[in-house]
Amino acid sequence: MIPHLVSPVVLPAVAAALMMLLARENLFAQRVLSLASAAGLIGLALSFATHALPRAEALGNWPAPFGIVLVADGLSVMMLALVAVLAGIVLLHVLSNGVDKLGDSFHPLFQFLLMGLNGAFLTGDAFTLFVFFEVLLIASYGLVVHGGGAERLGAGVRYVVTNLVGSTLFLFGLGVVYATTGTLNLADLSTKVATLPAGDFALIRVAAVMLLMVFAVKAALVPFQVWLPGTYAAAPATVAAMFAVMTKVGAYAALRFGTLVFPEGAPAMGTLYADLLLPAGLVTLIVGSVGMLGASGINRMAAYAAITSTGTVFVALSAFTPEAISAGLYYLVHSTLAVAALFLLADLVARKGGRSGPVAVLFFAVAIAVAAMPPLSGFLGKLLILQARWDQAALIWPVVLATSLIGLLGLARLGSELFWKGANPEPPQTTTLTAPVLLLAVLLGMTVFAAPVYDLTTQIANALHDPAAYLTAVEALK
Amino acid sequence: MEGLVAAVIGLLTAAGVWLTLRPRSFDVILGLSFMSYAVNVFLFSSGRLAPGLPPIIDPAAAGYSDPLPQALVLTAIVISFGMTAVLVIMAVGTFLRTGSDSTGSDSTDDQDPS
Repeated sequence: MIPHLVSPVVLPAVAAALMMLLARENLFAQRVLSLASAAGLIGLALSFATHALPRAEALGNWPAPFGIVLVADGLSVMMLALVAVLAGIVLLHVLSNGVDKLGDSFHPLFQFLLMGLNGAFLTGDAFTLFVFFEVLLIASYGLVVHGGGAERLGAGVRYVVTNLVGSTLFLFGLGVVYATTGTLNLADLSTKVATLPAGDFALIRVAAVMLLMVFAVKAALVPFQVWLPGTYAAAPATVAAMFAVMTKVGAYAALRFGTLVFPEGAPAMGTLYADLLLPAGLVTLIVGSVGMLGASGINRMAAYAAITSTGTVFVALSAFTPEAISAGLYYLVHSTLAVAALFLLADLVARKGGRSGPVAVLFFAVAIAVAAMPPLSGFLGKLLILQARWDQAALIWPVVLATSLIGLLGLARLGSELFWKGANPEPPQTTTLTAPVLLLAVLLGMTVFAAPVYDLTTQIANALHDPAAYLTAVEALK
Repeated sequence: MEGLVAAVIGLLTAAGVWLTLRPRSFDVILGLSFMSYAVNVFLFSSGRLAPGLPPIIDPAAAGYSDPLPQALVLTAIVISFGMTAVLVIMAVGTFLRTGSDSTGSDSTDDQDPS
């Protein structure tokens, strides 16, 4: 029996509700439920992956395009799996460092975050995408200020304000889309936008750019990246590790809209998204890597590494060719895990015995992954991106290579500062090293099994480039 | 009527943007509220302005107003209300801890020009 598509949304919601209702004071029960939910999500993602994709489901059996549909295609399932694996590893780290004891409701908020993320990846409806964005954001507001403190609250307020402005813009964009096309179902939009009369081109292009700006805020794409370094550096490092996947929600949404709703083939769109995303991605790379060079601590370093990874992903995605999307997706998975590992190390460094031999070794390995140096998967990802963007090599190659070098210098400087100056010989508890080691193991797996993983991302990219199967799956619900 | 509604949306948005750019959290919250009012009216009008017409099936109706934007607005109102509440709590928390309601990123920004 195939589990319902809605189950990755329902499972964390039920887990969170159970924690709040039955286990408010019982941290042990909350931890068990939280881990069980993460394990369940991994299982659900795997079971989706083993069945035929894409698959669509109408919520409440309302026919499409009037009701809300959930659609799982290769990209959705890949993102579900990424979120579930990252959540499991981050939760293991939470068990070892006890960050959930610093305040109330860590685990319920964490589950609501997972619910929002999963919903955003599964929905086939633009307005539901907005709703799930809000679900994941409101959970993230609570997690950012987890543990309290004036600095955290101040950063939290700025984070909330930025995202509220983004949400307002999202609604304006959706309003224009609905006024122009009369639908918000992504598959239906795809056909409506393709056959729009020439008089409506300007309106739909305005809406497309508004939505792109919202996704750029989420992804921290220049010029909308200003909120990220302060927020991620002020948030608890363990939480920030989970947030490494949140910038990728923006990348996911931009990719979904850029291939399905506003594709290059549509006469109304032309190469609008590609023209905007390529320069934005390149500038993001430069801003992120210069930030890495100047970062004053490991938390800020990891925050700027998140910006750099967004830039790299968008440089790849902006081509909107199957090869480049495939390379971008490979790098997206890699960079999410690498940045998360760097945040987990930031947590270790701040703790007793954090600046000792074992952590230094881990930092070296994670730095290799973040800087995309051989032998880890980032190097392969960047190589694939460079290869796929051969079309504009004169512009893209120098920027990607130079920013890699700048980022590497920043990481080398930070490493020597952390572990050569004032290092302490006392090693940390071995259990606290588990989660970063697991993340590195996944990255190593992505390197060793690069060919099958790349084949998988190529299949996903081909399906995105030619969304006929996606449209048929939704069509079947009419 | 279209002109009036458009002007109101524009005015609310302008006021919202201006207030949101002010460096104090109280002004910013007011600005965000104005912007959410503006976007709610905007969403309403995205289903075309049809005053006095029912949104649900009625044999005697001369025409219909689009029910979908109304549902969207309802969702948007609930979400923006909740978000504003969260923001108010966080802003009050920051004010009580730091004694300043500046939204600037470091303490040198704390002096408000007004």
